[in-house]
Amino acid sequence: MTETEIGRARRRKEDARLITGRTQWTDNIQVPGLLHVAYLRSPLAHARITRVDVSAARSRPGVVAAFSGQDFAAEQGSLPCAWPVSDDVVIPDHPPMAVDTVRYAGEAVACVIATDRYKAADALDAIEIDYDPLPAVTDMPSALADGSPLVHEAGNKAFTWTFAQGDIEAAFRDAPVVVERTYVQQRLIPTAMEPRAVVAQTDGDSFTLHTSTQIPHVLRVMLAATTGVPEHKLRVIAPDVGGGFGSKLQVTAEEVLGLLIARRLGRPVKWTESRSEGNQTVHHGRDQIQRIALAASAEGVLRGVKVDLLADMGAYLMLVTPGVPLLGAFMYTGIYKMDAYDFACTGVFTTKMPTDAYRGAGRPEATYAIERAMDELAKEIGVDPLEIRRRNWIRHEEFPYATAAGLTYDSGNYEAATERAMALFGYDKLRAEQADRRDRNDPVQLGIGVSTYTEMCGLAPSRVLGSLRYGAGGWEHATVRMLPTGKVEVVTGTSPHGQGHETAWSQIVADALGVPFEDVGVLHGDTASAPRGMDTYGSRSLVVGGIAVLQACERVKEKARTVAAHLLECAPDDLEFTDGAFKVRGTGAAKTIQEVALAVFAAHDLPEGFEPQLDAGSTFDPESFSFPHGTHLCAVEVDTETGMTTIRSYVAVDDVGNVVNPMIVEGQVHGGIAQGIAQALFEEAVYDADGNLLTGTMADYLVPSAADLPTFVTDRTVTPATSNPLGVKGVGEAGTIASTPAVVNAVVDALRPYGVRDVPMPCSPERVWRAIQGGVA
Amino acid sequence: MPRITVTVDGTKYEEEVEPRLLLVHFLRDRLGRTGTPVGCDTTNCGACTVLLDGLSVKSCSVLAVQADGGDVVTVQGLADGGELHPMQRAFHEEHALQCGYCTPGMIIASIDLVNGNPDPTETEIREGLEGNLCRCTGYCNIVRAVRRGAELMRAEP
Amino acid sequence: MIPASFDYVRAESLSEAFQALGADEDAKVLAGGQSLLPLLRLRLAYPATLVDIGRLPELRGVRDEGDHLFIGATTTHDEVLKSPLVQTYCPLVAQATATVADPAVRHRGTFGGSLAHADPAGDLPAVALALDMDLVAGSAEGTRTIPAAEFFLDYLETALAPGELLLGARVPKLGPGWGFHYTKFHRVAQAWAIVGVAAAVRHQDGVIAEGRVALTNMGAVPVRARAAEAGLPGVALDDRTALRAATASADDATDPPSDLHARPDYRRHLARVLTERAIRSAAA
Repeated sequence: MTETEIGRARRRKEDARLITGRTQWTDNIQVPGLLHVAYLRSPLAHARITRVDVSAARSRPGVVAAFSGQDFAAEQGSLPCAWPVSDDVVIPDHPPMAVDTVRYAGEAVACVIATDRYKAADALDAIEIDYDPLPAVTDMPSALADGSPLVHEAGNKAFTWTFAQGDIEAAFRDAPVVVERTYVQQRLIPTAMEPRAVVAQTDGDSFTLHTSTQIPHVLRVMLAATTGVPEHKLRVIAPDVGGGFGSKLQVTAEEVLGLLIARRLGRPVKWTESRSEGNQTVHHGRDQIQRIALAASAEGVLRGVKVDLLADMGAYLMLVTPGVPLLGAFMYTGIYKMDAYDFACTGVFTTKMPTDAYRGAGRPEATYAIERAMDELAKEIGVDPLEIRRRNWIRHEEFPYATAAGLTYDSGNYEAATERAMALFGYDKLRAEQADRRDRNDPVQLGIGVSTYTEMCGLAPSRVLGSLRYGAGGWEHATVRMLPTGKVEVVTGTSPHGQGHETAWSQIVADALGVPFEDVGVLHGDTASAPRGMDTYGSRSLVVGGIAVLQACERVKEKARTVAAHLLECAPDDLEFTDGAFKVRGTGAAKTIQEVALAVFAAHDLPEGFEPQLDAGSTFDPESFSFPHGTHLCAVEVDTETGMTTIRSYVAVDDVGNVVNPMIVEGQVHGGIAQGIAQALFEEAVYDADGNLLTGTMADYLVPSAADLPTFVTDRTVTPATSNPLGVKGVGEAGTIASTPAVVNAVVDALRPYGVRDVPMPCSPERVWRAIQGGVA
Repeated sequence: MPRITVTVDGTKYEEEVEPRLLLVHFLRDRLGRTGTPVGCDTTNCGACTVLLDGLSVKSCSVLAVQADGGDVVTVQGLADGGELHPMQRAFHEEHALQCGYCTPGMIIASIDLVNGNPDPTETEIREGLEGNLCRCTGYCNIVRAVRRGAELMRAEP
Repeated sequence: MIPASFDYVRAESLSEAFQALGADEDAKVLAGGQSLLPLLRLRLAYPATLVDIGRLPELRGVRDEGDHLFIGATTTHDEVLKSPLVQTYCPLVAQATATVADPAVRHRGTFGGSLAHADPAGDLPAVALALDMDLVAGSAEGTRTIPAAEFFLDYLETALAPGELLLGARVPKLGPGWGFHYTKFHRVAQAWAIVGVAAAVRHQDGVIAEGRVALTNMGAVPVRARAAEAGLPGVALDDRTALRAATASADDATDPPSDLHARPDYRRHLARVLTERAIRSAAA
């Protein structure tokens, strides 16, 4: 057997077009007669619209049409929420273009369609609109207080959702140690580098929508349901998509309106957002207030964990808005054993941009809270943060392990990952340096942060998602086609936007069918060519979609085996398949899979009743999630005079099971860590009390550059997943989930001598300095 | 409307433009050179970086009229007859891109950096690329790629 | 986002520039455009006319004029920081310029543009103040010299009269015995300074003879820390207590803003800490 493709650091097929500018971003698309849409957006967070007059805009040069929300009121429907999490959930009507009320600053209130983007932007000035301001509701505790202004008539509470297992009262009753903390997950702006863009075209009764989305398939279903365009008359294409991180897992107002405008005008239209428009109107992430309580023995052995969460929904429930905190609900027990767990979450409406999935979606929040609280427990008990974890984590011989949060972790080895990380980090040496700096009262203190995380990903099991009331399944589909010349075409339902599926799926196929890596092509992101799929989010592509590819290959191979046996005049069982050929055991006779493909194409001599094609599809729906884990260690230097934090070293040892392409895996970890660090130190979407977004541009919302981040040291341990035939686990979100608590734990660790036990995120220099001034926070 | 002459990736264009037309929109919408994308409106992200008369500039913050008489090189003009520029090769080899949206600007900025500093240290690379944001890679592999690209550029002047 | 329409005049000579600026009171000067274009794109500015002075050779470059350098207004940041004359005679200008934005912006953005824009969070205004630059302004009526201390009037407001153009600055060579340092304290590399300190120190035998300090983003205009300067002469550089005492008044006479990144009391604290450090670095 030649070297397997799986496990090789194959350079990516996608790169050829991306490094030469031969890309197809949605904004690149030019079609004859293309018109450009610009949206007028509410400058107020909360107001009644008392008058809109677009007539003056219509007479501006180059303007073809202008519309208000009223113009679409009869047909625009409501933007969908696919996750009605509870019986009491309130899903308010969410018109794509506001008709009578705006509920967040940036909500679209009117639009202009013109012959070019400059003229469209100009004509927005000519729209007349009057508002009757209503009070803004910007923070959750006030929103829930009696007498708060209402975001929606039904009240500011969107839902409550609870989960309990074990006897939590017993766990806390007489517990020798109880640690109770409140953490704030600040609101984040996902900031994919490609701003959103939509091109909608129609030839009369059918429609094609190019859009910068992660979810062409889900979007097609939702758009059909929302707009009444029959599903079979609607083609959705995600061309090159410049990052998503959850922000393009959405059915957006601009997608719906693009379709409606194209339908109304019978002409193709394009909308491309500006970054400042996007900061206001791409769904935001996080924004939770977490109250977490740990009960433990005097030795720090956990008895139970109690979590009470407020989750800011923003003004509306979008595609999976209320489901995000639920994705975290099962992760507050982390990698630890305990008897009881109790979780409650209240979703709250505010007059801000809705929140929804952002890299990790619920799980970074959960991991942050438990990993921060475990450090606090270590401090209470007086042991090293790693020691408190050792006393509580699931040992490798205990897998599969049913957690107090009701999940069964299939595999893991926390000891191995931690040991490796400590060695790479030089843990003991850094602790010694820290002690030395403390002794010397060095103005620059050293802090060491630990994060031993796990997460649930590979968002699938349809039955589990159904039990949580998610509106769709989680399966994934692949079709594999043997072409007459022996090349292979893979049609995948995953929808990559930077992950490298073309490369990784080629590696899987190359091994499964014994064909050269170069001979595999991958089609994706177009509902016409790849009609079945559930798309890409939740670190699901490989663990669900990749397995579907593998299974489809197996089916192709079995069909080919029948033909090969016929051609070689033997029984199928006499054949072994190696190096891409069916070989008759014990003889030299063989047929390559390419020869079989050509024979099937010719169809001159096939087994009786054999349909002349080798294509096969497979739809995979796993039994369980995947549970990657790892240990991240971060050392920071904190300048106690200025409050400035500098990351000195960062080590990540992740266990994502077997890997298909270690280079791609490492890249995912790097990027994930960077985004997690960004939450810890830099980024925050800030609204003022009137509901104005103060971080509306990249000059205010601080996305770190290369100069702001260190080089990360990464390594892996390999504990194969038992839940899928490749033994793989998801990796897309792991770095982000792990890194935020590692960094903040390090910052707080540095400041322990000053009595500091928390610094709210992002740990800006000012916040660090104030924490030092104030002592116990 | 002012009439401008601009050479883009070796081809000379004469066009009448509105004074307010941004160079990046001139490239994308007028000339169809869509390899250079737009990522922000405040000169922060660097996705639109091109070389103008040999120096990196953010084409979203240059008016087309300011480029009159100038020579613009975009990511689409780097490959020499199908032969990739060493920096393009280095980005591919080192996996310095994921979604690829920042990549045109990042490659151009990296070439500009190495033009001025043929053997940059890691710190010099990180600081030299401070005006180009990437959301996917965490920059580790970009730094590696620039070192490798610099090495290749030194070897193949 | 997209700028609103404006007329455009490319000045082929200084007199053409003066004429165009005089003819339209809503005209704005375009040099590198690195501050102006983002404002236009966000539609925070609506000039009727842009007068492009970017191609006037007489405004560009660094000249040695004896006891000072003349830095032309349209000299780019990149040219300034790479200028051997600037590096030799006015290294504080080079240091501060290296912290302005990023390399691509420094290729377009200009020395004069940064001063005339008069953003108190910009790095060069404080340097102009610390070095007592003389700013040279021109108009159809002739030229005049405005000392830096009189140039910055308010937030984004200078002593330039309507129709007047900044031609450049005379930057004194402070001569031997002086050390310089510019500190920019900011949260990410691209961000504006929360506080910046431009320090120049003359010292002999480990003792400060004279010091100058100007602060970035500690008010609506850059601020000269006169009180701290007054306490510096005679302080031994290795006497941290004395240096700290001298710089404890660095925030006197400031009126620091409150924004997303810092509230005034923290900015005042930073001004004190960073001034002490900048002086030590300048003297090092």
